[in-house]
Amino acid sequence: MTTATLHDVRLSGAASDRNYFNDEYGALSWFLTKDHKRIAILYLISVSVLFVIGGFFAMMMRIELLTPEGDLLTSDTYNKFFTMHGVVMIFFFLIPVIPAVLGNFLLPLQIGAKDLAFPKINLLSWYLYMLAAGIGLIVIVTGGVDTGWTFYTPFSTQYSNTHVFGTTFAGFIAGFSSILTGLNFIVTIHRMRAPGLTWYRLPLFVWALYATSIVMLLATPVLAITLVMLMIERTVGVGFFDPALGGDPVLYQHMFWFYSHPAVYIMILPAMGVASDVVAAFTRKKIFGYRFVAFSSLAIAFLGFLVWAHHLFVAGISVYSAMIFAFLTFFVAVPSAIKVFNWTATLYKASVSWQTPMLYIMGFIGLFTIGGVTGLFLASLGLDIHVTDTYFVVAHFHYVMVGGTVMAYLAGIHYWWPKITGRMYPEWWARLAALLVFVGFNLTFFPQFILGYVGMPRRYHAYAPEFQVLNVLSTAGASVLAVGYMLPIFYLIWSIWNGRPAGKNPWGAVGLEWTTSSPPPKENFHETPVVTWEAYDYPGMMKAMGETQHV
Amino acid sequence: MMVADFPLWPEQASTFAKDVDALYIFLIILTGTVSVGIFLTIFGLAIKYRRRPDNELAQDYEPPKILEVTWIVVPTIIFMGLFVWGSWLYFHLARVPDDALDIYATGKQWMWKFQHPTGQREINTLHVPVNRPIKITMASEDVIHSLFFPYFRTKMDVLPNRYRSMWFQATKTGRFHIFCAEYCGTLHSGMIGWVEVMEPTEYQKWLAGGSEGSMASQGEQLFQKYACNTCHTNDATGRGPVLAGLYGKDVTLSNDTTVKADDNYIRESILNPQAKVVKGFNPIMPTFQGQVSEDDMMKLLAYVKSIGQNTAPATTPAPAGAKGTNP
Amino acid sequence: MSDMALGNEHHHHHPFLQHHFEDLGQQHEASTLGMWMFLCTEILFFGGVLCAYWVYRVMYPEAWAVGAHLQQTGWGATNTIVLIVSSLTMALAVRAAQLGKRGQQLGFLFATLIFGTAFLVVKGIEYHRHWEEGLFPGSHFHWHEHPELAQKVQLFMCFYWGMTGLHALHMIIGAGLLLWIMWRAYKNHFGPEYYAPVEVMGLYWHFVDIVWIFLFPFLYLIHEVHHG
Repeated sequence: MTTATLHDVRLSGAASDRNYFNDEYGALSWFLTKDHKRIAILYLISVSVLFVIGGFFAMMMRIELLTPEGDLLTSDTYNKFFTMHGVVMIFFFLIPVIPAVLGNFLLPLQIGAKDLAFPKINLLSWYLYMLAAGIGLIVIVTGGVDTGWTFYTPFSTQYSNTHVFGTTFAGFIAGFSSILTGLNFIVTIHRMRAPGLTWYRLPLFVWALYATSIVMLLATPVLAITLVMLMIERTVGVGFFDPALGGDPVLYQHMFWFYSHPAVYIMILPAMGVASDVVAAFTRKKIFGYRFVAFSSLAIAFLGFLVWAHHLFVAGISVYSAMIFAFLTFFVAVPSAIKVFNWTATLYKASVSWQTPMLYIMGFIGLFTIGGVTGLFLASLGLDIHVTDTYFVVAHFHYVMVGGTVMAYLAGIHYWWPKITGRMYPEWWARLAALLVFVGFNLTFFPQFILGYVGMPRRYHAYAPEFQVLNVLSTAGASVLAVGYMLPIFYLIWSIWNGRPAGKNPWGAVGLEWTTSSPPPKENFHETPVVTWEAYDYPGMMKAMGETQHV
Repeated sequence: MMVADFPLWPEQASTFAKDVDALYIFLIILTGTVSVGIFLTIFGLAIKYRRRPDNELAQDYEPPKILEVTWIVVPTIIFMGLFVWGSWLYFHLARVPDDALDIYATGKQWMWKFQHPTGQREINTLHVPVNRPIKITMASEDVIHSLFFPYFRTKMDVLPNRYRSMWFQATKTGRFHIFCAEYCGTLHSGMIGWVEVMEPTEYQKWLAGGSEGSMASQGEQLFQKYACNTCHTNDATGRGPVLAGLYGKDVTLSNDTTVKADDNYIRESILNPQAKVVKGFNPIMPTFQGQVSEDDMMKLLAYVKSIGQNTAPATTPAPAGAKGTNP
Repeated sequence: MSDMALGNEHHHHHPFLQHHFEDLGQQHEASTLGMWMFLCTEILFFGGVLCAYWVYRVMYPEAWAVGAHLQQTGWGATNTIVLIVSSLTMALAVRAAQLGKRGQQLGFLFATLIFGTAFLVVKGIEYHRHWEEGLFPGSHFHWHEHPELAQKVQLFMCFYWGMTGLHALHMIIGAGLLLWIMWRAYKNHFGPEYYAPVEVMGLYWHFVDIVWIFLFPFLYLIHEVHHG
């Protein structure tokens, strides 16, 4: 019965030329669309543009840091560049990228729904995102902001004379975009699953999006209120964190990190979800310890709320609170470790394909591991005193955010590209880009661990001469990385017209999204699918395939 | 580029350095082994089980579930060990020895100002004796800064609204970096300086060269200038509490709670006198917020500290701190 | 999900069933769950500022007590009662919508709107008083009763204006939504089959009410100085 139904669903759905691309035409049909797939495409274009802008700032910083003297940019310009790099990359790229692009496109497809629960709110999320990004761009072209993406008071409220208000307002709006996306996903996952699709039959990407959405929903409002308090203080001239009134700048840091630490998990959890789906598809195996991996996402989401003050070990918290937060921080490392070990174990006696998405995910697992274990250095209290606020921290979070999230995003966009566009990307070029990204990334960021331990503080425009060699290496790596990132932009666009037609299921992967045509029709499925198989049921699918061939 | 210009390891110049480095090396070995192990396992398995015919299936085999328990329990135990080690180190860094030499620091966009108890002031350079614990009490005049001594492996944020203190004991003489580690505006990367670690005799010589009098004596002058002495007299007849012998003691407040008369209590009592009124006194003291600079505040603090130690009752032996260095 | 097939037959052509839902039951469940999730977000939104308020209250109990004394408890109590009654009328409006009684529905919604407006008017009177008394933070602040506490009282007033202002903003948004719901009720959109928008509106309104139930004691009633 199981295999028969699986087989039916896989092959059902009359072949049709109609898809979400050619269903309607005209600019308005895109800008007023309520189709989650079209909204995903809108997001894809917007986050890509912002990634290039954020990347430009990064590249300028790396070029500036070629020499110890601050010679290319002025101090103020450099400070603005690292601030805007952080703001753009975090609020406008890393946080939305996987949920809003891949999540938006795939969540309804993976659970057999026609759309998200609230299509209009989904479109509203994109408009809020665009409004925030627009304000951000206006800030950038009218002079920028120089507070660092953390907006620490009292510098941001009383001392900076740049566009702090505009930037925090943009962050506030982007926050609501993120909240509404999370809300939409939670309701969709609860209420819109296809008949038979129980929680344990869900792909792990859906589990990861669910955990991410919880964090978005519960952490982002705290950032929103914190930014409101900051904006009020900046506007009125006195306020909530003002030392002159007895206000406490460290309280601001607590409130900021209460959001911004969980925000790290908003960025990495969906990446872990992509990794699980890709590993399963390219090993043709069910993820080892499916339930452990699923619940580790929820565990990370939960524990992520309890560790914020580990950003404040030297900032002014008591020895005992530091110990409590350090203790909890080590615990949040456990579920991440579970995932890494489970992905690795899945490869055992598997059928491993070396296609591009898997290459990225192999890189992801390795780099995320390094990002994760260097977190242990920072959680070890006595050692954190020395390395915090140095390049060690910069390297650590880039290994997690770029080595982790961006690698997984690239894996995901290649893996689902045939579904999104109906075309295959060019495999050779894609493998080359994956290699360049991996090599360039390590060359850029590994030297920064050493640089940090040697003592170079972060956010330094000019630095002591003995730090130069490592900085030059890092800049060299960044240029390789930049090439690696530019390549996919070109060949993916090229493939939309010139790629080989992909067909329904080019990877032979299990999952509802692979049972519908590529690109999918506007309503996703011609008839509501009924699910009777477990997640990643490769043995079942193979049997079904065998039967088809025999018939 | 000379090899000497290319350090992979910061010099070890304080008593902490060896301990911090030991944990660092241990972590590198541990995490390096794990990371390389995972890398090699992934690539090994991916090569060994690579898909040969395109339609090849995975083998229908699942590793034993006991693995799952193993890699939950083993990392947890290791993490607890790391937690204990890291916390032990942190306690060590946080506990200031009683015989530490007091130095006062003020962070200001974009310079470090240091004051020695004997009254010497310096900017972006700090002279300290070798092999002697140094306690730095610090505050910021504007935004948050962070005083970072990479070769001593310690740093601490400097806040605008309260005193914080850090300590270190240099183990070799020489010149070592001081950095500001918390972003503080335009010239953040220029808020740097040098700590000059000297032989004690050299340090004494340096101290002898020119000064406006000890910090405590300058503080005493300020005490008169701000007319503190009209109420805070040396006997119980004054309208304010006697300050001699106060520092470091418990004070009973008007609401019957007690508070320790430490740096931040004295600072608060000057800036915001009504916040904690001593039992038996009227809340009549005016605020000095906005009238006393951070530098002067530290001098007043040094003065209150010095008279606290001078007349300290036998219960607490006077620490050798500030006055011990008076030439 | 078992009732999906059933619902499909009966309600397929209901004018307010959106195309991506199987039936009105699923749509209703999605709407209410969505609002509950939104309220979770709101709890954390107000929770953040309430936490900050509480931290400072522990740090500066005297100033916080003085700050609470500066409020007119009578006005605050009036507003509390007004909001509780408005919650009652809102609940009755949801009930009327469920029963398909259009007239009652419009009446209760209108009553809710009136109470909401009354709340805002009272709040406006209080704001005016505070402004006159120089209790608006910033350069306008000139309150000198206890000079030594003035700055901390100003900090308290930052919270007062900030929190009541955010709450009032939620009330204004609520009033706007009420007008929209009233228009739909007038058009006879709601009945036993379809009343999710009224119910969701009700959830929001009750939440805004509950926020005030927290703000009132925090800002008006806690006069006592507690130490420790």
